[in-house]
Amino acid sequence: MATTWQDQIFDLLLQHNVTQFAYVPDAGHKILIDRSLADPRVHSVALTTEEEGVALLAGADLGGARGVLLLQSSGVGNCINMLSLIKGAGFPFLALVSMRGNFGEANAWQYPMGQATVPVLEAMGVMCLAADTPAEALATVGAALTMVFRAGRAVAVLFTQKLLGAKLF
Amino acid sequence: MATGSTGKEIGSAVAAQFLLDRREALPALLGRHEDFLIVAGLSGSARDVAALTRNGPHAYILVGAMGAACMVGLGLALARPDRRVLVVTGDGELLMNVGALATIAVMNPANLAIVCVDNGHYGETGYQKSHTSLGTDLAMIASGSGIKLTQTIEQKADIPAGARLIREANATAFVLLRVKPTEPPPDQRILDPVLGRHRFRATLLGE
Repeated sequence: MATTWQDQIFDLLLQHNVTQFAYVPDAGHKILIDRSLADPRVHSVALTTEEEGVALLAGADLGGARGVLLLQSSGVGNCINMLSLIKGAGFPFLALVSMRGNFGEANAWQYPMGQATVPVLEAMGVMCLAADTPAEALATVGAALTMVFRAGRAVAVLFTQKLLGAKLF
Repeated sequence: MATGSTGKEIGSAVAAQFLLDRREALPALLGRHEDFLIVAGLSGSARDVAALTRNGPHAYILVGAMGAACMVGLGLALARPDRRVLVVTGDGELLMNVGALATIAVMNPANLAIVCVDNGHYGETGYQKSHTSLGTDLAMIASGSGIKLTQTIEQKADIPAGARLIREANATAFVLLRVKPTEPPPDQRILDPVLGRHRFRATLLGE
């Protein structure tokens, strides 16, 4: 039963025929990951590093399928050169990023990549749309689905720490 | 300094296992290449595939994004379970993202096979030795990653079994094709990544 905003996003992704869910385990994406693992209609692909997911989604597009990459802001740094594939070849690309290293972050280790997430993504041609509330998150993923799979763009939706809550470690 | 002459060994200190000629062994291993959707890695293996397929639209050839080939193949294989997907890559390209082998082993699509053309060298950058000349065994890494069907080809007699594996396996297969560090075929690759994507999709999907 879809009750949380993450459940609603999962249902929305399925409605838009997203069938490949690629992820590195992350607390912020737990519901989306668990839903993808439990649903036989989709492939749930656990990655060893986020850049694998970038290449996976390019392969999905070559075969006419749609995918989404679920990652943490620190994982964005692992994707940089692989995004050459997306930007260079014009592959559609949808990423949902759970943010660390900004609003209320207590862990100093998270700041360097958290603060670099948007500049890095934008430098590699990925548009960034931030969401601060559950309602914004759902609407923003909906907007991103149109931008990515209708217009062929590369878009990252950032789930901020206002939305997810800041961690104390 | 690289030379274009067939059979001329360019790499230094060639190990005893690296004996096959890539220009003969890879076509023999693949057979009717039209039976596959092919993703080719960088450099030598990309030139091998471009020459073999005469740049056919059933091959998506990477010219950058090193380390992508196996995962592009996984995404394609999951998207098209009705087709056999073949990744043809080199030792250097594969070494950049060996974690992908673990990811692929977990998914284990039966329609995916990976052929690593292993010449033990980074050919495109001047034939520096790669780790596979220095003790790393990529077939053992594939096996240790959980890929159950692996084979190493070091002589002509090994090729028929490898050919059956990439065509008939009921799980993801990994074939390490050890070859001499000789020049791949002349470069016929399409270098435009946008054109490569459109051609591949237009042919496969009718778009």
